[in-house]
Amino acid sequence: MDMNVKKKKLGLKEKYAHMTRGLDWQTSYQPMEKVFPQATFEGIKIHDWDKWEDPFRLTMDAYWKYQAEKERKLYAVLDAFAQNNGHLGITDARYLNAVKLFLTGISPLEYVAHRGFAAAGRNFPGVGPRVACLMQSVDEIRHSQTQIHAISNYNKHYDGFHDFKHMLERVWYLSVPKSFFDDAFSAGPFEWMIAIGFSFEYVLTNLLFVPFMSGAAYNGDMATVTFGFSAQSDEARHMTLGLECIKFMLEQDPDNLPIVQKWIDKWAWRGIRVLSLVGMMMDYMLPKRVMSWKEAWEIYFEQNGGALFADLARYGIKVPECLTQCTEDKEHISHQAWATFYQYGGAAAFHTWMPNDEEMDWLSAKYPNTFDKYYRARFTYWRDEAEKGNRFYSNTLPMLCQVCQIPMLFTEPGDPTKICYRESEYEGEKYHTCSDGCKHIFDDEPEKYVQSWLPVHQIYQGNCFPDGTDPTAEGFDPLAAVLDWYHFNNGHDNLDFEGSRDQANFAAWRGMATKNT
Amino acid sequence: MSKVFIAFQLNEDTRPIIEAVLADNPHAVANESPAMVKIDAEGQLVIKRNSIEELIGRDFDLQELQINLITISGHLDEDDDEFKLSWLN
Amino acid sequence: MAVQALKDYKFSPADAQEKFHGAQLLYVGWDEHLMFCAPFAYCLPPNTLFSDLCQKFMAHSFGYHPDWKSVDFSKVTWLKSGQPWQPDMSKTLAELGLKHKDVLRFQTPGLKGINGTCS
Ligand SMILES: [Fe+2]
Ligand SMILES: [Fe+2]
Repeated sequence: MDMNVKKKKLGLKEKYAHMTRGLDWQTSYQPMEKVFPQATFEGIKIHDWDKWEDPFRLTMDAYWKYQAEKERKLYAVLDAFAQNNGHLGITDARYLNAVKLFLTGISPLEYVAHRGFAAAGRNFPGVGPRVACLMQSVDEIRHSQTQIHAISNYNKHYDGFHDFKHMLERVWYLSVPKSFFDDAFSAGPFEWMIAIGFSFEYVLTNLLFVPFMSGAAYNGDMATVTFGFSAQSDEARHMTLGLECIKFMLEQDPDNLPIVQKWIDKWAWRGIRVLSLVGMMMDYMLPKRVMSWKEAWEIYFEQNGGALFADLARYGIKVPECLTQCTEDKEHISHQAWATFYQYGGAAAFHTWMPNDEEMDWLSAKYPNTFDKYYRARFTYWRDEAEKGNRFYSNTLPMLCQVCQIPMLFTEPGDPTKICYRESEYEGEKYHTCSDGCKHIFDDEPEKYVQSWLPVHQIYQGNCFPDGTDPTAEGFDPLAAVLDWYHFNNGHDNLDFEGSRDQANFAAWRGMATKNT
Repeated sequence: MSKVFIAFQLNEDTRPIIEAVLADNPHAVANESPAMVKIDAEGQLVIKRNSIEELIGRDFDLQELQINLITISGHLDEDDDEFKLSWLN
Repeated sequence: MAVQALKDYKFSPADAQEKFHGAQLLYVGWDEHLMFCAPFAYCLPPNTLFSDLCQKFMAHSFGYHPDWKSVDFSKVTWLKSGQPWQPDMSKTLAELGLKHKDVLRFQTPGLKGINGTCS
């Protein structure tokens, strides 16, 4: 006797089974291998695609319904933000520079993720993962669009927000995240799933979207926190997909284990290097801070990643070797990255500055083993020199890592006073990497990384000047030409925050908003 | 035993959800940060449709959780009545 | 291990020497002076005198550091690819056998950066 008076529709499990199975067909006039050419070349063996199960059991109808709800909420907040001059509610105009880096360095990658998941969905022969990849592909274009919409409000008022798409393919520091996605997209669909679905989504996005977005809320940026959390609500599904994909590969065939392990090792390290940028955003670019980079790392990487690897051990997966290095690096990388942007602040599309005394005290409290010992004297010296009118800008291009493309700023394991140099040779040509992790990746696939588009070398080859530039002309200024080619508004987008147009405008407008003069 | 977690945006929709989760999982701990709450629990965490419905006085579909969800950790198993996160080790 | 690919996977290096218009890349880092966040990359003709590298190009790049004026090149020790190496100031990069993309480090004993923090 059924006591439930409501007419029960299909249960979640049944609905999922109906809407993600039996939707495909066997081809007749072309062999399946020709229709799905990318399904096997990476060496991953799959015997039964139907074993794939999305634990959210999300189907397309429910997907549209809940995504529409998320969009309505998000755009209501964005409208309110724009209508109420929300940009004047942030703590301090320095904060905006973190948003500039987000727009130029991260939002375009959401778009690449959209394309990559569309391709993965096309290339997997199984319906379950195809449906999941389709949803993620639509999610990712939503992320890209909502971020651009949210941040465009700032473009009406502040410098550096005007040409993110153009910059992505040219600017030296944006080659770091761009090359990460290019590397993943130019691999096969299974490696893509580990690179983005697993390493990026499961292991790393928490660090970007959770504590950083909470920090955006703390700094009064309602627009950013709203798109951030809206994106991260999809991220929960993406992480689940990434984890599911790992389990699926490992359960399908024991031969998959070494391939999966290799990709986990590679992509964990690639992702950690990209996160150096997020580390400095948290420790230096948020005027009010929720937690330090090191604390975020401990919660979201060490604890969460530790739980994950302990769980995957039953399949024979080992914790990537390079991760031991991270325990040491977590106390250094945010300071090292900020020092780099400070000295190359003439060539960045956002402002940089030295922390004030109170901020330095916070940094020494959060980094008791490293900040005072290695960084405080340097930063204080720079600040004092800037006050004397001798602000430090490096005038020579830095050496870059062939793999992660970050300047060679990381220090030797066990000795934070020395730069870490690693070198490989391939077909008579030398290649330099920043760490054992990057060297290992290079040595495993040198044919891939000899193609790296390294911004510094490209500038020296003469490929980064506007059309028609004559580098042999009298008085040629290469830096100005490069910035022109980047579409930087030299003198406004770059240089120190102190004395910037953003600083002056924010102060003036906030004054108008709070006084009747 | 490893910890699982789930984080929600802090708003009127999630207030009863968080209340229900904490009542159903006495071993869980809520950690608030600006605009969000993260609930950590040893081993596993179960969110029950019934408990939420009792608090909000209407039908609730567990898939609605996704609207205000920020992140999760652990293996997920979701059906009509429960949304369960766990580590198997 | 080779790249797994659907087709032949062979590309010429993006930074072969012939792409640098007759010049070559040389990287130089100053040990224990992390005020300069990374070694510098120079693009120089092979007939550049090593003394010019030190007195002109490096002086331009490293001159901001208060230790620079105390650098005594007769006492500097050098590493090339991490191995001890001895330059002759009067010779050119080519004569010294410096190849495209070689990396040099120089050490200045006694100079330890800002407040002795290797900055
Ligand atoms: Fe995304
Ligand atoms: Fe690297």
